[in-house]
Amino acid sequence: MDDREQGYDLSTGQGLIACPRCDALHVEEEMDPGETARCIRCASVLAKPRDGAFAQLIALSFTSMVLLVGAVFFPFLEVSTMGFGNASSLFDVALAFAEGVLLPLVLAVLAMIIGLPIARAFLLVYTLAPLAQGRAPYRHAARAFRWSEIMRPWSMAEIFVIGTAVALVKVAGLATVQLGPAFWAFCALIFVNLASRAFMCQTSIWDAIEDAGLRTEFDDASRPEAGG
Amino acid sequence: MSVLDPDHAGPVPTAHRAGLIGCHSCGRVWPAEHQRCNRCGAHLKPPDRRGLQAVWAWWLAGLIAYIPANVFPMMRTQTFAGLAGNSEATIIGGVIELIHHGSYDIAIIVFVASIIVPVGKFIAIAWLATVAGRPATIEQAHMRLKVYEVVEFIGRWSMIDVFVVAILSALVQLGFVASIHPGPAAVSFAVSVAFTMLSAQSFDARLIWRGLPLRSKSD
Repeated sequence: MDDREQGYDLSTGQGLIACPRCDALHVEEEMDPGETARCIRCASVLAKPRDGAFAQLIALSFTSMVLLVGAVFFPFLEVSTMGFGNASSLFDVALAFAEGVLLPLVLAVLAMIIGLPIARAFLLVYTLAPLAQGRAPYRHAARAFRWSEIMRPWSMAEIFVIGTAVALVKVAGLATVQLGPAFWAFCALIFVNLASRAFMCQTSIWDAIEDAGLRTEFDDASRPEAGG
Repeated sequence: MSVLDPDHAGPVPTAHRAGLIGCHSCGRVWPAEHQRCNRCGAHLKPPDRRGLQAVWAWWLAGLIAYIPANVFPMMRTQTFAGLAGNSEATIIGGVIELIHHGSYDIAIIVFVASIIVPVGKFIAIAWLATVAGRPATIEQAHMRLKVYEVVEFIGRWSMIDVFVVAILSALVQLGFVASIHPGPAAVSFAVSVAFTMLSAQSFDARLIWRGLPLRSKSD
């Protein structure tokens, strides 16, 4: 096709990008850091590369891992009334519910506030660490990044903090409550997540993975007619 | 990124009209017969109304789970080993109790997160799935996309009430004085929120634009 010299190919889709929100086609172009590309039809953000974004994302992922480990083992809230006291870390909570019918609920809650955020941080580091140094990505980097994107709506640390605030008000009449270090770790996590979102540009990461040579990872499974 | 058709003469070129298929996960474009995105490994789904079946299935599952979530108690509070009373609170009951305590702001948060957001989400997803793929003007399409983005963003916040119950029942285990146990509604509410999140995720926003008349953005 004669479009080839313009950098895209309408028969194979090479060099094109379709807006995930509205399917409008765009020609892929090199962008300068700091620019933001928006869809011509629905104005969704298509790409917003930032200078040094990969290194920042790796640093923020490590930060959230540290905070999350602290959040698991340090006391979360301390409650006391009439001489009866109870200081509990999330780890204690998990142990307390280790048997019983509500185990699935507790496991789901712990997964949403601890498990998935840690897994996401780990997957991001796994994907980005080689890319930030300009080396070839590790095996299954594409899969790792896709899973981290799938997990994103399900990691709910910031919602948990608001939930804690509501719980504090509810329990205030019943007992005295003190906030533990784990609570502040969760609050810090909100800001780490916000910063991470500002640097996150999925399109740039996908492009980096592709350019660094992961082009053929899914080739064999996907093309029924291709012989090799 | 630049526009494929810079002079805006024709209709907005889409991957579908060009006989291609766009990856909903990473945006890469492939020939239409591709089943799987070679770059990110996501399954490629053409933007057609068949995908709405999954939306409706999760929607119905979420609606069914939402009924017991409102009928059964979210948590049981036991004070002085039951001597001072056992109280069971449903979602609405919890809100009313908060109002009696005078904490109106928290009552509003809980009411919005557990009643208004889920109900609004059911209505919004049903509406989006009904009108998806029907002809629309550009303004209507933008409005629908906005509604979809709000639904997608706000869905997770309904989990607040589940977290509240989890925190309270873990924390308030003060033996004789007071103890709080989660009720069956906590589980069904969490399940309902998860199902509606899946319903919103399986909705293909590209369908909103499928029914647009073939004309350019500049009209």
